[in-house]
Amino acid sequence: SCAPPQNYPLYIRSVPTENELKFHYTVHTSLDVVDEKISAMGKAMVDQRDLYLGLLYPTEDYKVYGYVTNSKVKFVMVVDSSNTALRDNEIRSMFRKLHNSYTDIMCNPFYNPGDRIHSRAFDNMVTSMMMQVC
Amino acid sequence: ITEVCGAKRVGYFGPAQFYIALKLIAAAQSGLPVRIESIKNELPLPRFMAMKNDSEIRYGNPAEPHGVKFQVPHATLEKNSYKRTDEGDKQEPKSPPMSPICSPPASPSSYQRTPLSYGYSKSRNGLEQQHGAPYEVRHSTHQQDGPASGNYGAKSARACSTLNRSLSAEREPPDSSAHYADDPWRITEEQRDYYVNQFRSLQPDLSAFISGSVAKNFFTKSKLPIPELSHIWELSDVDCDGALTLAEFCAAFHLVVARKNGYQLPETLPETLLPDYLQAASLKPIHDCALFDSYSEPLPGSQQPRDFNRPEKTSAEEIPDNSGLIKDTSKDDKQVLKTSIAIKPIPKEFQHLTVKTVAQESVAFRARPRSRSYSSTSIEDAMKKGEEPPTPPPRPQKSHSRASSLDLNKIFQQNAQAARSGWLPPPPPALPPRPSVTQTEQEVELHPQMTRPPSQAEENSSAKKEAALTQPPSKPVRRKFRTETQALENPELSPTINVTSSLPAVKPHLPVQKQSSKQKRAIQTAIRKNKEANAVLARLNSELQQQLKVRHALKEHNGKARVQSVL
Repeated sequence: SCAPPQNYPLYIRSVPTENELKFHYTVHTSLDVVDEKISAMGKAMVDQRDLYLGLLYPTEDYKVYGYVTNSKVKFVMVVDSSNTALRDNEIRSMFRKLHNSYTDIMCNPFYNPGDRIHSRAFDNMVTSMMMQVC
Repeated sequence: ITEVCGAKRVGYFGPAQFYIALKLIAAAQSGLPVRIESIKNELPLPRFMAMKNDSEIRYGNPAEPHGVKFQVPHATLEKNSYKRTDEGDKQEPKSPPMSPICSPPASPSSYQRTPLSYGYSKSRNGLEQQHGAPYEVRHSTHQQDGPASGNYGAKSARACSTLNRSLSAEREPPDSSAHYADDPWRITEEQRDYYVNQFRSLQPDLSAFISGSVAKNFFTKSKLPIPELSHIWELSDVDCDGALTLAEFCAAFHLVVARKNGYQLPETLPETLLPDYLQAASLKPIHDCALFDSYSEPLPGSQQPRDFNRPEKTSAEEIPDNSGLIKDTSKDDKQVLKTSIAIKPIPKEFQHLTVKTVAQESVAFRARPRSRSYSSTSIEDAMKKGEEPPTPPPRPQKSHSRASSLDLNKIFQQNAQAARSGWLPPPPPALPPRPSVTQTEQEVELHPQMTRPPSQAEENSSAKKEAALTQPPSKPVRRKFRTETQALENPELSPTINVTSSLPAVKPHLPVQKQSSKQKRAIQTAIRKNKEANAVLARLNSELQQQLKVRHALKEHNGKARVQSVL
């Protein structure tokens, strides 16, 4: 899920489509955690290292990872805890890919920041990423 | 009627003019005055004597006078259909009842003409049957156009939809020219020329970029919905830099045209619309085409040249893009701008080199077999010399990294002056290799010939960087002669060349080749030129590769910074 500072989702996608609502809810609540972390960083200016927020909190049977961009657009990823093969590096790289794709969308002059993301390229990228993981 | 419908003003009968003209004919035949307002009336269809028209249809269409919104001076039928679609939509209630009757029988005949122009017949017909009324309007229109071909003289040209009202109708595209049959994603020559003209209207320099906002405004005029335009942009801006090169612009424009004519947008960019493909297909003037030509020819549209070209293009594009978005981007721009200055002269050199290289290759290849008969050693020398040049040249250039574009310019000027002053003194970067070359030449007779070409190539390639290609060839020629022909040139060259010390080593070979020297000279000149061109290209290539790496990193930062500033 990808959310701007106003905390409404620009893009949200889940692969196993059952319990989708639950995932959506989780993502939404985790936005608060992200905000918390951002404000906790305080005066420290964001640089690449700080963009990746890491594991926000592990709950029940899934983990939530967060990432924030320079423009305070938040990316939240929820993964199944049973998927232990996912290492931190992989999560980081996935966020990086997301960020790059997001930047590409930004380059499109027809895209207004704050619009929902309809880009097919972005969709394809996210799909392929999720397929890799699942 | 001609005057009223605007054909006289515009210079041809485009579909809009044609429709209006027919409507006016109807008006006149019913006794109404021939005026624009008449067409707004519900008129009986005009009766044409010689033509067995089902002149029905269409007269609902041109409720809007000719000038209308868009004038695409573009000969494609597709454009025609766009306009008709547009008008057809307005006249929905009137046309559909008529069109279904006429369209099926008409379509084959009408399509014969246009497909001849553009080779889109099959896909067209198939497509049209799928679409609804607007396309049938088009069908019927074409059908009328068929019989009314007399009027239609300049038809295939234009009118129709325009993306830019200010454009005046240009070119009469030739009616034939079905270069590519059945491929709606290929850009025909006429279309390409039209796109290029459009590009020029937005951005006079064909090798520069159209920034995102400019392109956005332009394509918004096509009245396609924003999500579709967004998708088109995504497809065509392959390097995702927010700006369009000429090739990208052509692809985007073509997609707009196709969409307007009812083709669904593809999910990925068709092969024929890839920028490197487009650049390979286009004429030399396009920037960086020299590089792309050599890479894209063997592998048209494949990933490999594309990736290669993409980074290079990205590196080049990144710079103008940043310069275009200067208000948005960070201080990286300054550095980037400097390099853009460097990039620009280089491609121009490429153009010269490419043209010459192409011309020379034929000479060289022709020359080669002939030279074999003369003496094997000379050929070997030539070959060796050919192989050697690429290595030394990169050395002096490394001192000029991407950010020091100004230095590059100075070097060019220095080289120019050095070249013109006749070969002495060589530009500073080139100096170090040469003395060593000379020394080695003294040692071995055949081997010196190998080493000499590097310095020759280096000097020549640096000299070549200027626009004056005529001078460098003469220099390498001289040097080469000294080593290869070894007799005649010695007295000529010695006063002008530093490396005179090598002459004594070469002298023993004098008598052998006096007779064939002139012929060899010509051959070897050509070979030399070719090899030097290759050397220069290779060196610039490596430079661009270096710049590429930086560009990628910069791009990411810039993209993020841009996002930041945007948001």
